[in-house]
Amino acid sequence: MAIDIDVAKRLGDRTIAARFTAGPGLTALFGPSGAGKTSILNMVAGLLRPDRGHIRIGERTLFGDAIDLPPEARRVGYIFQDGRLFPHRRVRANLLYGHHLADPVDRWMGFDEAVAFLGIGALLDRWPRTLSGGEAQRVAIGRALLRGPELLLMDEPLSSLDAARRGDIMAVIERIRDELKLPILYVSHDRAEVDRLATQVVTIDG
Amino acid sequence: MLPPVVTGWLLLIAFGPLGPIGSRLESWFGVTLMFRWTGAALAAAIMALPLMVRAMRLSIEGVDRRLEGAARTLGASPWYSFWSVSLPLALPGILAALVLGFARSIGEFGATITFVSNIPDETRTLPLAIYSALQVPGGEAMVTRLALLSVALSLGALILSEYLVRHTHGGRARHGD
Repeated sequence: MAIDIDVAKRLGDRTIAARFTAGPGLTALFGPSGAGKTSILNMVAGLLRPDRGHIRIGERTLFGDAIDLPPEARRVGYIFQDGRLFPHRRVRANLLYGHHLADPVDRWMGFDEAVAFLGIGALLDRWPRTLSGGEAQRVAIGRALLRGPELLLMDEPLSSLDAARRGDIMAVIERIRDELKLPILYVSHDRAEVDRLATQVVTIDG
Repeated sequence: MLPPVVTGWLLLIAFGPLGPIGSRLESWFGVTLMFRWTGAALAAAIMALPLMVRAMRLSIEGVDRRLEGAARTLGASPWYSFWSVSLPLALPGILAALVLGFARSIGEFGATITFVSNIPDETRTLPLAIYSALQVPGGEAMVTRLALLSVALSLGALILSEYLVRHTHGGRARHGD
């Protein structure tokens, strides 16, 4: 399933533009900080409206040709740099938030399966503020997977972690890529991360 | 902000028996606000509202809006993302604003005395009772009791609202940034 992206957006006095086709596996958007990589993910997620262009997943148009699906209709999971878990809900309720909202036919992973896949069974009754950075990021990944996405967006998901946790989460990302075969758009400015994880690299110059 | 007496006078004009709102309330519903506790409640509400709205707006604005973005990508409509994420996170602040509004209402003086006068057991607020006790010879003991009561009430309201604000779940994300 090809992901076809051609977007441009003027933000202040600079223009963010990107045109690429992402295949299966992990496509890294690589470039310096401030090049607009996060803005591109936000446009794919529907959180930022492009001025022109199109975004398609396979035959499904998310944006363009007079279509502009709202974020909730895009089936795009988003892992943010800071986890962005809901602080007033325990881990279990965070995980189930999108799962309950998703159309049952769109879900492709069950709750127990996701918990086992990520090894977060011991965290279910904890509050997000008590989690370490690595634990929070696992929960954020589980929350996005349980929503039944066709595509995952990851915005520097390792940047707030120490070296040991980075390895752990990288292994999880590889398993999402190889075992779940979920296409991933991955934003990073770290060469080593990109070399290890990427199936395909798109350079964003800004 | 208007002096409370002016607010009370405007209420008197609007809700008095000949006022544009007061005359209709009277003829359509048989409701009179003047010199009734309901009028005192209206005066207190109008005096407390600006303070409460401001505190509520601050607590809603203090919630990290990016969490709503996260909720949207998880399948929530704009309305549901507000209802399930921003509102519960702002709730302690909203309750704190209600407590402040309650404390402000207990202390209402100027608008009340102008609009609904100072009637025992009907429109007499705490400061109006203190004021009345001061006019009576030998009322000092009563004044002291009422003054202590107001100090306790306002201190209690302050502590309760601070407690609520401090126990907001911390809308800002804790990991990274």
